Amino acid sequence: MTTMTSNTRPPINPPSMIRASGTVVWRNLIHIKRMPEMLMDVTVQSVMFVLLFAYVFGGSINPPGDTPYKEFLLPGIMVQTMIFSSAVVAMGLTNDLQKGIVDRLKSLPISRSSVLVGRSISSLIHSSIGIAVMGVTGVLIGWRIRDGVVNGVLAFVLLLLFGFAMIWLGIWVGSLMRTVEAVQGFMFTVMFPLTFVANTFAPTEHMPPWLRFIAEWNPVSALTQACRELWGNTSAVPSDAAWPLQNAVLASIVWSVLLTAIFAPLALRAFKARSKD
Amino acid sequence: MTRPLAVEAIDLVKRFGDNAAVDGVSFVVPEGTVLGLLGPNGAGKTTTVRMLTTLSVPTSGTGRVAGHDILKEPDAVRRSMGLTGQAATVDELLTARENLKLIGRLYGLPKSYVAKASDELLERFSLTEAANRTAKTYSGGMRRRLDLAVSLIASPPVLFLDEPTTGLDPRSRTELWEVLRGLVRDGTTLLLTTQYLEEADHLADDIIVIDKGKVIASGTPTQLKDQAGAASVVVTVTHADDLQRAAELTRTVSSEVHVDETSRRITAKASGLSDMTRMAHVFEDSEIPVDDLGLKRPSLDDVFLHLTGHKAEQVDDLEAQFEEEEVLS
Repeated sequence: MTTMTSNTRPPINPPSMIRASGTVVWRNLIHIKRMPEMLMDVTVQSVMFVLLFAYVFGGSINPPGDTPYKEFLLPGIMVQTMIFSSAVVAMGLTNDLQKGIVDRLKSLPISRSSVLVGRSISSLIHSSIGIAVMGVTGVLIGWRIRDGVVNGVLAFVLLLLFGFAMIWLGIWVGSLMRTVEAVQGFMFTVMFPLTFVANTFAPTEHMPPWLRFIAEWNPVSALTQACRELWGNTSAVPSDAAWPLQNAVLASIVWSVLLTAIFAPLALRAFKARSKD
Repeated sequence: MTRPLAVEAIDLVKRFGDNAAVDGVSFVVPEGTVLGLLGPNGAGKTTTVRMLTTLSVPTSGTGRVAGHDILKEPDAVRRSMGLTGQAATVDELLTARENLKLIGRLYGLPKSYVAKASDELLERFSLTEAANRTAKTYSGGMRRRLDLAVSLIASPPVLFLDEPTTGLDPRSRTELWEVLRGLVRDGTTLLLTTQYLEEADHLADDIIVIDKGKVIASGTPTQLKDQAGAASVVVTVTHADDLQRAAELTRTVSSEVHVDETSRRITAKASGLSDMTRMAHVFEDSEIPVDDLGLKRPSLDDVFLHLTGHKAEQVDDLEAQFEEEEVLS
């Protein structure tokens, strides 16, 4: 076969970082298509959470003011779904590192960051599918966006911004861990307190003061509160609540920027170190 | 020997902590030839390949692939070579065709070219029927072939293969060897690592033996065998009762005779064919029934034993642990 000789090589025009990232996204989306159960974490699981809290625990939880609990709950579940981005990206990355796919990609004449960018974008798509499923589930059980389109969209933008910060956490963890099982174990240990010690499922007012302090300074609470306010799903926060809850929209932007500034350099360093050897 | 060089390793060193996985390895691979990098697990073969393919940065030293420096022009190196890693690095959830498309796209090859080259490669590696099935469903041999096909999508002039046949059954191994020979006929330069002495013997023009990160021998397979010492005549007698008498007869021809009673086999050091002929005559005259009589040249297994003082198999487990530690550190 003469086309295989070195004399007749095809024209190699390495793609730009953006095109290469797009190709990696294409590949990751095929994964979701082939293994739809990969989406279970942000779909079936989240729907179960909604039903569990709305109908099992919900009756005994009193949100502040006269907001129905289902309205109070939905923004919390949305935030929880977004936080799962970090677990998704970490597991995907560790899997690719473990299976040698990252090595294969690194042996090509493409920008090495396209591996990460592609991974991040597909994780955001993954989480967004979850958000969409949550939105539909919410509407079915009575959740509504009550404060106009602009504020409604702004809340989704805040969610994506926070998801972006969480992705860097995921890349960091994914680069440090050796197996997908380790990532899963670690992420669950981190995710649970992070999403539960917050105003996600229950208001913070009735927590012991020390716990309430932690919960109100938890970035998850600020984002949840911001979504509730922008979607018109809550009455005013109590006057003794911490600063992030009083200024929820601003606080969630600050948290997202701050977390990105912390985790992005750590993640890039860990990924580089992992891929230097 | 004035062929241009396809690969050069120049005093490559890679340390993991205090541990030198590769400790000053140098060699050259002229264009269109096959170099076998032979050594046990943990000898530093994979680390050497990872440095030459720009996946790992050397602690010191450098290398060139197709004339490009691995440190100064990594992108040019990546354009000039293909790599088939130790574990078949195909994407299991993608079909064969999608795997080829993924890598073809990332090289920026024109769509029509990728489609045409994919068809040719699938045909060549007997994967046409399985082309639209996910790689998850493939056998080990098919995965290796797909991995190799993917590495060839951009027709690289230099191909690195890290233990290409590890874990394959003998038939798949022979098939893969045939494919590799075909590539060499078409002008591709190969650098392959292997633990199998037989594989290096079959495929390589030149062999570098490495152990504990250092080159301990190099040469053509024949040269290496010569280093391991002389040939021997091996006689298997039919009846164990004849062993003593046969051994005495053998001593009239050779000064160094070894008798193995369980296999009824006598091994005698010989200088070549003439010794074997003499031995055959001696046995013919003695009328001792003989099952087999032949000249045995040292195998690469003997070479390895001779060079390192340990057998290749024995090293495996020990060095496998070492490699595990290397990965963790």
